[in-house]
Amino acid sequence: MSTRTIETLVGGFVLLGLAALLFLALKAANLGNFGGGDSYLLQARFDNIGGLKVRAPVRSAGVTVGRVTAITLDPASYQGVVSMDIQSGMQFPKDSSAKILTSGLLGDQYIGLEAGVDDKTLAAGATITQTQSALVLENLIGQFLFSKAAEAGAEGGAPK
Amino acid sequence: MTALVAGLGRLTLDSLRSLGRSAFFFFDLLRFAPTALRRFGLVLAQVHAIGNRSLLIIAASGMAVGFVLALQMYYALVTYGASESLGLIVNLALVRELGPVITALLFAGRAGTSLTAEIGLMKAGEQLAAMELMAIDPRARVLAPRFIAGVVSMPILALVFSAVGILGAYVVAVLLIGVDAGNFWSIMQSRVDVWRDLGNGIVKSAVFGIICTFVALYQGYEARATPEGVSQATTRTVVVSSLAVLGMDFILTALMFSTP
Repeated sequence: MSTRTIETLVGGFVLLGLAALLFLALKAANLGNFGGGDSYLLQARFDNIGGLKVRAPVRSAGVTVGRVTAITLDPASYQGVVSMDIQSGMQFPKDSSAKILTSGLLGDQYIGLEAGVDDKTLAAGATITQTQSALVLENLIGQFLFSKAAEAGAEGGAPK
Repeated sequence: MTALVAGLGRLTLDSLRSLGRSAFFFFDLLRFAPTALRRFGLVLAQVHAIGNRSLLIIAASGMAVGFVLALQMYYALVTYGASESLGLIVNLALVRELGPVITALLFAGRAGTSLTAEIGLMKAGEQLAAMELMAIDPRARVLAPRFIAGVVSMPILALVFSAVGILGAYVVAVLLIGVDAGNFWSIMQSRVDVWRDLGNGIVKSAVFGIICTFVALYQGYEARATPEGVSQATTRTVVVSSLAVLGMDFILTALMFSTP
């Protein structure tokens, strides 16, 4: 086989490898939909972050606009401070609120940003103050049992 | 009694000696790699022999693994109503583990054996000795180009394996079973990280490329210059590189993915 043919075949082999890499990176991993682009930092304080994890998506109206980059505990207020990278094209009004939501019944937790109405937008590094913590199942059940007990007590107080 | 102790001593010394020889051999390969890169045609010819010629078996195996993985995972996942996560599981399994490992095992069988047999026969036919007589170092002329070619080819082959496997899973899951195509890709994209999963997979396959090629070349170079010697060396290539790859895979996985 001539050198030229071998060179062409090896070139094709390497190109195939690059094509596989591109496919895996863009179509089968998260490089395409987020990453590489500019982003800015936002923070939010939650009383309870539930099962939120680093790298969880930040969504607004269901559309992914960013990712959680760090979760720390504020030692002064004992609140969870969640830092997130938001795509720089996405500006949110100053009175936007953040919630910790769950996708589906068993799905992962993510942050839902609800846009407010203020004219001014959140600057890079700003902190969202209006937040709603994650639903903790034990607390929910506790509340339910408590209200049931209160009902039963009220009924018991007025016998037939 | 004395013979037993002497036997133990001989065994220890022999294994230490072969460890030392293989270490020197490895550093020789690294030392002669720049020399080999200057004669790029030699490397190219080897990439063609090692990489291009392995493509078909790698792609076919990747396709088969993707098919089977998707089918089996579907039966398990559909019980929990999570069949959309199929793409994610297949992707992570392929990119992190199966892609590099199965490619390395196939590589040891397909390319490693041919390297060992080639070098072993060159040695048996005294071609290597003839080269040395002509003041050509066979390590620079014969071994180093093959080493570079193996290390370059392995990650490419592993990438092709994973990509074809995911396409195979797509065919089974979306086209045959009827999992939603949008969910199949989007769950994958949201949970697979380029650097952590794909990047570590590539690092893994590069390490396996070094292991498999090194073992194949070493076994060929150290083979006894007889037909039995070459056949034993070929067998040892497959056994040693497979076990080394599997053991190294566990260590690398523990290092790379121990944190969730």
